[in-house]
Amino acid sequence: MSAQINTLLKKTGQYSLLCLIAIVCIFPFWWTLVVAMSTEGNLFEFPPTFWPHGVSLANFSEAFRVIPILAFFKNSLLITLATVAGKLLVCSLAAYPLSRMQFSGSKLVMGVILATMILPSEVNFLVNFITMTKIGLVNTYTAVVLPNVVTAVSVLLLKQAFDEVPQDLLDAARVDGANEWTIFYRIVLPLITPWLATVGILTAVEAWNEYIWPSIVISKPEDFPLSAGVLYLRGTYGSSTRVIAAGTILTVAPILIAFLFTQRFFMRGMDGAVK
Amino acid sequence: MKATTYTAKKRNLLAYAFLAPALLLLLMFSFWPVMYGSYLSFTDFSLIREVHWVGLANYRALFANDMFMTGLKNSLLFLLVVPFTQLGAISLAVLVNNQLPGIRWFRAAYYVPVVTTVSVVGIMWGFMFHEQGTLNYVLLQLHLITAPLGWLSDDVLALFAVMFVSFWRGLGWYMVMYLAALQSIPGEMQEAAILDGANRWQRFWRITVPMLKPTILICSIMSVLAALKAYQEVDVLTQGGPMNSTFTALYYAYDQGLKHLKLPRGLAASFVVSLCCMAIAFVCLRKLKPEHRE
Repeated sequence: MSAQINTLLKKTGQYSLLCLIAIVCIFPFWWTLVVAMSTEGNLFEFPPTFWPHGVSLANFSEAFRVIPILAFFKNSLLITLATVAGKLLVCSLAAYPLSRMQFSGSKLVMGVILATMILPSEVNFLVNFITMTKIGLVNTYTAVVLPNVVTAVSVLLLKQAFDEVPQDLLDAARVDGANEWTIFYRIVLPLITPWLATVGILTAVEAWNEYIWPSIVISKPEDFPLSAGVLYLRGTYGSSTRVIAAGTILTVAPILIAFLFTQRFFMRGMDGAVK
Repeated sequence: MKATTYTAKKRNLLAYAFLAPALLLLLMFSFWPVMYGSYLSFTDFSLIREVHWVGLANYRALFANDMFMTGLKNSLLFLLVVPFTQLGAISLAVLVNNQLPGIRWFRAAYYVPVVTTVSVVGIMWGFMFHEQGTLNYVLLQLHLITAPLGWLSDDVLALFAVMFVSFWRGLGWYMVMYLAALQSIPGEMQEAAILDGANRWQRFWRITVPMLKPTILICSIMSVLAALKAYQEVDVLTQGGPMNSTFTALYYAYDQGLKHLKLPRGLAASFVVSLCCMAIAFVCLRKLKPEHRE
């Protein structure tokens, strides 16, 4: 009996702690949502409102009216898709020979790719901005996407994936006269789809969330992605807190919904990165 | 004989054809910035004028600049985030490693701040930190403070508010790292220890902690470097204010380089941060490795 009470107490303790931390993590989102959905109730007064009052979508339609949210959304989508597609293509192309082909200088190439992990990346924004100006790509999405296409971590993850494909499959294909491209494209690539999905999803979140680099290379606010545009909304005079809150919710909702459906990729993706 | 050299040559060509796009992009956007940037930090570069070599002038100006020195000091203060984040993340990982019903959703909740864009984080925490905001209300109700505090408007508190947001964003990320490490500890080790009569506390210190050591090492270094390089939270919360009290070294670099278009000054400041980071990473890896090999 006392053992039962003990476990019950322990469970209650654990769940209270779990809930408390969850509240700290989630509450800012909740408060912002409440403010965005309400037309009445306290904003910055004690006690604050923790529940919506006078529920309506008016703030959201106001956010749509004040700033080009749909354009921001489209820009974000475009940048995200282009980054994911570019990264999967270029990084898997690079990972394949590193994993499956013997060629002179392979160790050196691997070293070069690994070296980018310890290079001081803090200077990149500043010089990349100069580069983009010189090659005339400022204010294009190409400039936003290009520097994010290759990362050492992605190449390494995909190399690990290729490493796990059984050699027999490749040998059999070679005997059948398949060339390297066919083997890569038709045989090996389909086998690593789960890994491609992992890299793709992690990249998508990064690309959707990036705000510093786009706000550097893009000068016209209407060409901003959501992450940069929402700050622009805060900067415009006259937009009320409720409208800003609505814009914030619209920015973060797609990524949170996507995250809830793809959680397992996040909890697993890091696995490979740590090794 | 001839045939093999031909295929070897062809194989090389083919391999480099696969690698070319990635290598080209890395060269342009990872190596070139470091090379060209380090050169530019010794010049008076601007996009519209001819470039002159000025030697160490930019670096000398940096160390004579109060704003940069404040930034450097604040970047070092930012290191206070590291122990809190790491201890918090380890405890959290141990907590969510329990097989309780619904634990998956708690893990997801703790990871939500990680997948949220920093601009949104800045706006939301701006609301929370408001003088009449929720944070002050809760603290007043708990009688921890007697009057509302200006979290982002007080020149002493603001930096700590920024640091807290950095902690809040980092917790979930490191939790997942530690969770992965915890789950790779073989269950038999724990079972054997239980059979030997080890209690929970002993098992934690004698098995879990030693097994986590490599992860703790990697995460701590990552966390130290992230703290020294902090600037995004500053940008979205305080923009360096009030009265320049929340400038970090790297925020100074971006502020100079991009907002004031003094690129060489900004680059010099970035390189100072980079050198500090590399020195620390080097020392940490050196010092901690032999111990971890035992």
